[in-house]
Amino acid sequence: MSQTLLEVQDIRTEFPVSGGGLFQPRRRLRAVNDVSFILRQGETLGVVGESGCGKSTLGRSLLRLIEPSAGRVLWQGEDIAGLSPEEMRLKRRDMQMIFQDPIASLDPRMTIGDIIAEPLTVFERSLSKAERRSRVLDVMDTVGLSGDMLNRYPHEFSGGQAQRIGIARAIITRPKLVVCDEPVSALDVSIQAQIINLLQELKRKFGLTMIFISHDLSIMRLISDRIMVLYLGRVVELAEKSALFADPKHPYTRALLSAAPVPDPKAARARQRIMLRGDPPSPLDPPSGCAFRTRCPLAEERCAQRVQELETVAEGQEIACEVVAGSL
Amino acid sequence: MRKSIFKSEDLTVRFDTPEGEVQAVSGLNLDIAAGETVAIVGESGSGKSQTFLSVMGLLAKNGRASGKAVLEGRDLLKMRPSELDVYRGRDISMVFQDPMTGLNPSLRISRQLTETLEVHQGCTRKEADARALAMLEAVGIPDPKRRFRMYPHELSGGMRQRVMIAMALLCEPKLLIADEPTTALDVTIQAQILELFGQLKRGFDTALILITHDLGVVAGLADRVFVMYAGRVVEEAPVDDLFEDPKHPYTKALLASTPRIDTDLESLEPIPGRPPNLQRLPKGCAFAARCAFAEAQCHELRPPLKSIANQRTCACLLVEAEEREPV
Ligand SMILES: Nc1ncnc2c1ncn2[C@@H]1O[C@H](COP(=O)(O)OP(=O)(O)OP(=O)(O)O)[C@@H](O)[C@H]1O
Ligand SMILES: Nc1ncnc2c1ncn2[C@@H]1O[C@H](COP(=O)(O)OP(=O)(O)OP(=O)(O)O)[C@@H](O)[C@H]1O
Ligand code: SF4
Ligand code: SF4
Ligand SMILES: [Mg+2]
Ligand SMILES: [Mg+2]
Repeated sequence: MSQTLLEVQDIRTEFPVSGGGLFQPRRRLRAVNDVSFILRQGETLGVVGESGCGKSTLGRSLLRLIEPSAGRVLWQGEDIAGLSPEEMRLKRRDMQMIFQDPIASLDPRMTIGDIIAEPLTVFERSLSKAERRSRVLDVMDTVGLSGDMLNRYPHEFSGGQAQRIGIARAIITRPKLVVCDEPVSALDVSIQAQIINLLQELKRKFGLTMIFISHDLSIMRLISDRIMVLYLGRVVELAEKSALFADPKHPYTRALLSAAPVPDPKAARARQRIMLRGDPPSPLDPPSGCAFRTRCPLAEERCAQRVQELETVAEGQEIACEVVAGSL
Repeated sequence: MRKSIFKSEDLTVRFDTPEGEVQAVSGLNLDIAAGETVAIVGESGSGKSQTFLSVMGLLAKNGRASGKAVLEGRDLLKMRPSELDVYRGRDISMVFQDPMTGLNPSLRISRQLTETLEVHQGCTRKEADARALAMLEAVGIPDPKRRFRMYPHELSGGMRQRVMIAMALLCEPKLLIADEPTTALDVTIQAQILELFGQLKRGFDTALILITHDLGVVAGLADRVFVMYAGRVVEEAPVDDLFEDPKHPYTKALLASTPRIDTDLESLEPIPGRPPNLQRLPKGCAFAARCAFAEAQCHELRPPLKSIANQRTCACLLVEAEEREPV
């Protein structure tokens, strides 16, 4: 069993939002709600869920790009909440992030070479100019960018190339953990596949640990070892990939899987769909008890009574639903 | 019996730009019947949207369309704007990728919906209200009475998209063009909208043109598929044939690079490189630089779109017509 890299305990992240009217008190929107999990060295944890369920906020909270309001994040056993801003900055050498919008996340006034080299100027100040340049060329080669692009600017690149630049920059310090926030969602499938293969190769070559955020379950199936399903800021299912796809247990996971389109007309016609009604409720005003109950086909009266806790229902598979868990 | 509703012949769209002319769509021939769903697939920039914006008379100022776009015998490209206005919203409507482009931010949902009914169908206010409310219900908007009084920004993305669809359907168009109608939506909402399109097709005999880059959406809804690459159709086939036996190297590559939720794949086969710049299209086949089968001739000759089997066309120098089976 490989060792634990990251342990997250009941992390909670809130945003202050206006109450809606002039004289309404400010309210707190709970974007991430008591999330706990363990991440082992070298594994890829997929985080999936609908828009607004808190995926990005969770990713950013783990790196303390947003301060969580409660809970603990243990990095190799050490609670990072206690670190000073300077100490935290240095920790980020080991924890990097890749974003969804490749072009917008790159500074338009900097050359590609400078963008990729930037983390080195922070974390490895002692490098000579020549050493730095050779590291940049090295990493550009790893991600499939040709070295003669070094002096060009971001706007000259396509989305797929810009995402390679983002990846090069994220891995140049050889981090242990990379949080990828929808890294391929803005790309066409043909380009998407290039980037996914690149990430898989990096994982094999460098033993990279990844948190891979996406709303696309077919990409999850390809890249993740374990998958966490979020609904309105809470984990509803956390399972090994094989278990999740073979036998999803939480009603929401089941609906998500059955709704995802399949690129095969015969399979599409044969599929049984679980159609959910309506939209996810507002996180400002979540339903009592199980937040999924307003759309859940199995909802019962008791679902409104209390918040559901994760419990193990099969090997490597936890769900937060007492109704399903009780029937197994 | 097959009743043809819309037909395009050699439909071509050009843009004048400071760097020269861009040929965004070249020579599109399409024929769609009542109750039929035709999908247009292709990568970003392949010309899917401009094709049908030209049909709707909605090209940008620097754009020009040529060829024919015939709706029940009348060429839309030759109509005066005032005449086209009558057809738009009555016989032909379009749902846009970004629902905010199709909705007026300063009008309540009720007004957005009833205006066309009053203008195009001479409904009274009361009749229009009743029909609009019924349609909101039909497209699955929860609590439609309350939503009726709201403004677009007060609705979620999924609800706005459904309002757009309700608006497009209210006039019971013969042809509905949906441009990436579900791309911005979550899968559970997407499934609801696709179900709605399915009902339409069965219930109203609407001809539907579905523009998308998502092969999963195509597989679930389309009867026939057109695959576009760099402004041209490279393959056309009935949906089952296209997925079972793709002929064009680009279609094959596209399918091989698509992740699947229903199978374990070790890895994907990406298509190397990226689509060509439309301002500098190569002389030969536009896909040649990325094609695994390319030969010397591919860089010299532009492959014409030719019929290769019943209801199937393909534009590749290496794909020959199948031997016809003796009848
Ligand atoms: N800076 C902020 N201020 C107030 N609310 C915020 C802020 N950032 C996020 N939120 C809210 O927190 C919730 C979670 O947002 P988050 O961006 O984490 O969701 P997500 O799962 O990443 O969604 P998406 O798939 O759309 O990227 C949402 O309701 C969002 O509106
Ligand atoms: N006003 C314009 N001037 C010049 N070129 C234009 C203009 N509008 C569109 N184009 C070009 O026409 C081509 C086709 O664009 P179109 O919007 O039809 O692509 P698409 O297939 O719909 O792509 P997407 O999937 O990104 O929506 C693109 O290369 C685009 O850059
Ligand atoms: S607890 Fe109740 S509402 Fe929640 S998922 Fe389970 S059955 Fe559905
Ligand atoms: S014509 Fe040549 S380059 Fe083009 S798709 Fe066919 S084999 Fe490939
Ligand atoms: Mg996000
Ligand atoms: Mg488009």
